[in-house]
Amino acid sequence: MPNLEHPAYPADDLLHLESLVPCRESQVSTLLSIFGERQQFSFPSIFIYGHTSSGKTYVMQTLLTTLQLPHVFVNCVECFTSRLLLEEILIQLQGCSGTEQTSPVRCDTLNDFVRLFKQALATQELQDETLYLVLDRAEQLREMEANILPAFLRLQELTDRNVTVVLLSEIVWELFRPNTGCFEPFTMYFPDYSIGHLQKILSQNHPPEYSADFYAAYINILLGVFYMVSSLEFLWFCLAAANERDTRKLWKNIEPHLKKAMQTVYLREISSSQWERLQQDGGEPGQLKGLSAHTHVELPYYSKFLLIAAYLASYNPVRTDKRFFLKHHGKIRKTNFMKKHEKTSNHLLGPKPFPLDRLLAILYSIVDNRVAPTANIFSQITSLVTLQLLSMVGQNDQLDGPRYKCTVSLDFIRAIAR
Amino acid sequence: MLVFSPSLKPVVQINSLCVCLQQIQEDLNKQLLDNLVSFLSRSHSDFQEKTTKWTCRMKFREIPTAALILGVNVTDHDLTFRGLSDVLQDSITPYVALLEAKDCPGIKNLMQKLMGQLMNCDIEVDSLEDEDCVQVSQNRIRCSMPSLVSWYENVTKKTDSETPSKKRNSSSRHWQSPPVVVIFKDMESFTTKVLQDFIVISSQHIHELPLVLIFGIATSPMIIHRLLPHSVSSLLCIELFQSLSCKEHLSTIVDKLLLTSQFPFKLGEKVLQVLINIFLYHDFSVQNFIKGFQLCIVEHFYSQPLSVLCCHLVDLKKRVYSLSHDQCENIRRLPSFRRYVEKQESGKQIALLTNDNFLKEETEKLLEDLHVYHENYVSILRCLHVFTSSLPKYPLGKQIRELHCACLENQVWETEEYESSLQLARMLNKTDLVSMLQQCVEILMSSSGKEFDKTVEKLKEFLTQFQNLEASQERDVSVSSQKELQKKTDLYHLQKTLLELKESRRSKKLTKFEMLRFEVVDYIDTLVRKYLVPADTRTLHEIVYFNAATVLRGHLNAAPRTALHTALNNPHWYLKNQALKCDGGGISNKAPDICIVYKLHLECGRLINLVDWLEVCDDANSTFTCFQVCSWFLSFTDVSSARFIRAVSELELLGFIKPSKQKTDHVARLTWGGC
Repeated sequence: MPNLEHPAYPADDLLHLESLVPCRESQVSTLLSIFGERQQFSFPSIFIYGHTSSGKTYVMQTLLTTLQLPHVFVNCVECFTSRLLLEEILIQLQGCSGTEQTSPVRCDTLNDFVRLFKQALATQELQDETLYLVLDRAEQLREMEANILPAFLRLQELTDRNVTVVLLSEIVWELFRPNTGCFEPFTMYFPDYSIGHLQKILSQNHPPEYSADFYAAYINILLGVFYMVSSLEFLWFCLAAANERDTRKLWKNIEPHLKKAMQTVYLREISSSQWERLQQDGGEPGQLKGLSAHTHVELPYYSKFLLIAAYLASYNPVRTDKRFFLKHHGKIRKTNFMKKHEKTSNHLLGPKPFPLDRLLAILYSIVDNRVAPTANIFSQITSLVTLQLLSMVGQNDQLDGPRYKCTVSLDFIRAIAR
Repeated sequence: MLVFSPSLKPVVQINSLCVCLQQIQEDLNKQLLDNLVSFLSRSHSDFQEKTTKWTCRMKFREIPTAALILGVNVTDHDLTFRGLSDVLQDSITPYVALLEAKDCPGIKNLMQKLMGQLMNCDIEVDSLEDEDCVQVSQNRIRCSMPSLVSWYENVTKKTDSETPSKKRNSSSRHWQSPPVVVIFKDMESFTTKVLQDFIVISSQHIHELPLVLIFGIATSPMIIHRLLPHSVSSLLCIELFQSLSCKEHLSTIVDKLLLTSQFPFKLGEKVLQVLINIFLYHDFSVQNFIKGFQLCIVEHFYSQPLSVLCCHLVDLKKRVYSLSHDQCENIRRLPSFRRYVEKQESGKQIALLTNDNFLKEETEKLLEDLHVYHENYVSILRCLHVFTSSLPKYPLGKQIRELHCACLENQVWETEEYESSLQLARMLNKTDLVSMLQQCVEILMSSSGKEFDKTVEKLKEFLTQFQNLEASQERDVSVSSQKELQKKTDLYHLQKTLLELKESRRSKKLTKFEMLRFEVVDYIDTLVRKYLVPADTRTLHEIVYFNAATVLRGHLNAAPRTALHTALNNPHWYLKNQALKCDGGGISNKAPDICIVYKLHLECGRLINLVDWLEVCDDANSTFTCFQVCSWFLSFTDVSSARFIRAVSELELLGFIKPSKQKTDHVARLTWGGC
């Protein structure tokens, strides 16, 4: 196991850091060596990627806070426009310099940002230290203006200050690279935690009433069940949920609970707090109906027929309409084989768009009594669209006669038609 | 002389109706709202106590979420949400934001809307402090979560420091740090991205800002899985709440609104059927049902001159005696009154037709009769419903509204369904029958009608008879036949006795219980025949019952295509111009250009050649009837072709034709018909 060693930082801090970031020692030491000493200029931009819950954000945050490096940490999802992003950075910068917020900053363009950024750095006592600007969920940057990402990559050069931009993302750098080319950041990969790593991490945080060894065994079992399907966050939750049980006879005791938890909570059928209450009461999850138990949708009479007609229109080819919906249709020329072939492929291909008139024609033929084309019928079509049971295709031309698609499944239609 | 203005009365009635409705709705939603409130108060108890329990840390990023399933009647949801936000603001938190999908096409708009609503409600609370308003307006420039969080911190800090000094109502009702409730009215219409972003962002700040989400779902909760990927939905802690189904809602409304004597105004059978059909066939919307009902009231008071008499019994006398001569004549003209007069002896007939004062006395009596009839009707209807609602297959319908319609429509005892339900009622078992009779007794006891003393007595008598029966039956258990069976051992005799037994069973005399059961059913039958006569056989029913179903249908069930066709095909219908009137399939040459062009296009196939259309009269094959009409098109002056082109483009605008790409100079028809 590589011990963290760096001349610039006190050994105590490093040791503390190491205990906080288990299984990520090698990445941390790489980062440290890139960062260099506090006053040294570092690489202008670093790009860190890895799958969900591989500890990118956590490692960066602990590293920067433990070693007390000056930094700004921004989540790009939160800042959905470039202005918000830039202002957020500047505000945090003001905050970390210790000066009170004087006035709300206004920063609309990157040009302003560079200017204000320089100002902010000048007022602080940070000129001799590297400032780290961490942008979490950096994939959002691609959706902002085209100049944002390249500018952040060479912020050091633009501002002429000691700053390093760290981008954290779940996708690879190749998907970021703009067409016009840009400064290539230093890329770094965080691999997934292996099962052994997970065990180690989880056992660190054992509740005080159980011994560490016992807890480790418990986690071992838990991982055996859940490792294939779930994410780290879910494991945390499972621990919380199952932990209150008497875990003396480990496996036999907890197996049924885990199974239930797997079936219900993981799919968000019932909420975790409901689960907890159940556990405390010692009740069965069967009492609570999950989300998917309420699949039945009650619809007005004509809405049902409209939906059925839409389904028929979406999944039957136009030329069969005559055969299916007219009393005096022509001879059936198709062989059985053809029909079968058609049927399977139609369901595999998904719904096809159909014009409004065809929908109404089918509706008239499947409803027994006469249907007057009243405004109520038309408004029902619209409300089916808002309920996402139908969807409108190509709504650009109102005069052209709107076209729809049926978005519900065969099972749904069967339930309705009953 | 008229002492009261007739225009005021529908207002009064509608107002009392609204009050009643509000009460009903509050009662109906009470349970749902209570559940939600308890959920909300529970959801951030951790935040309240600032606990650092081990388990709390584990799920600290989950946002408490209530999925509220409201059914597909979207028009009713507004009311529910309004009630919900009122209740929340009263009892839990002043910070409630209602978001609609149409206001939030992007995350930016959503945040703006959210912050606007939240900070506004803050301004309302502290409207006295001007400095705050300024601060708020400055803050509004930056619409992001951090500014929302800092706003929340400010607000809660302020109330914290203020509560000890001045006891304000608003702050004492809420907690120290009330949750911020965000309601998504129509979950289905939100775009996936907006929702996802919002949830991810707010989960980052959940420990600074106690947020609670409420999703209004019209279809099924599966929509959550469809809209949100697992990584996002795992940030939510969803609990499900279901509102009352709209059909039950309607039943309650019908029960409380129509089957009472509280409102003098009544709905006729056809009108009620129209309203219920619109509800069941089209929209499931209780709100629309109520609007229709209100429209009926307005229409009744507007169109029926005698509706002045449609009032409570207390006012009746005054109003009847203040009727003018014309109004008396109106009464005499009523069909039901004429039928009544014809049945009277000649002396009384003359008095009724000539003497206004006598007529007034008689009218008052008849109207009082009508009132009594209605009260009795409702009670007996409920009794009958007790019986029919427990029969297998429900021959008379499960809901009381179906029974009500059937009874109003015609004499219910003549229908087959009634016959079959009586048959079924004669087969009820004893426990059911007894419990039903008890229910009937309760209904009749609680009703205000005075005639039911005897009926109640009779029913109670039946009940005691049933009890006696129980006692006596235990005594004479027919053991004899079985004993005989055991004695005879040889096959021949056994067969013989079995046959005999079978014979005797077939022609067996009815047991006491069966006799009694027949009696009970017959008694119910006589009650039904006596009290459940249809309203339109009663004299003067026109005054109280509104029965103009066609008018209502015209108002509520608009048929745009039919109306458009009528307007274009027969302009006289709407324009009422004598010059336009013509008979047969023809059309007057004075008709607007668009009507002529429309008429011509009806006779064409899918693709219409514009030149042919213009020259259609030349076409020998066309059996077009308005030959003369079109002759002016033939002159080919600039004006006429310009008018033609304009008419064609108007037709295009109405959606009947569109330019076709298949052939030049052709337009395609968008409607069927013709060749």
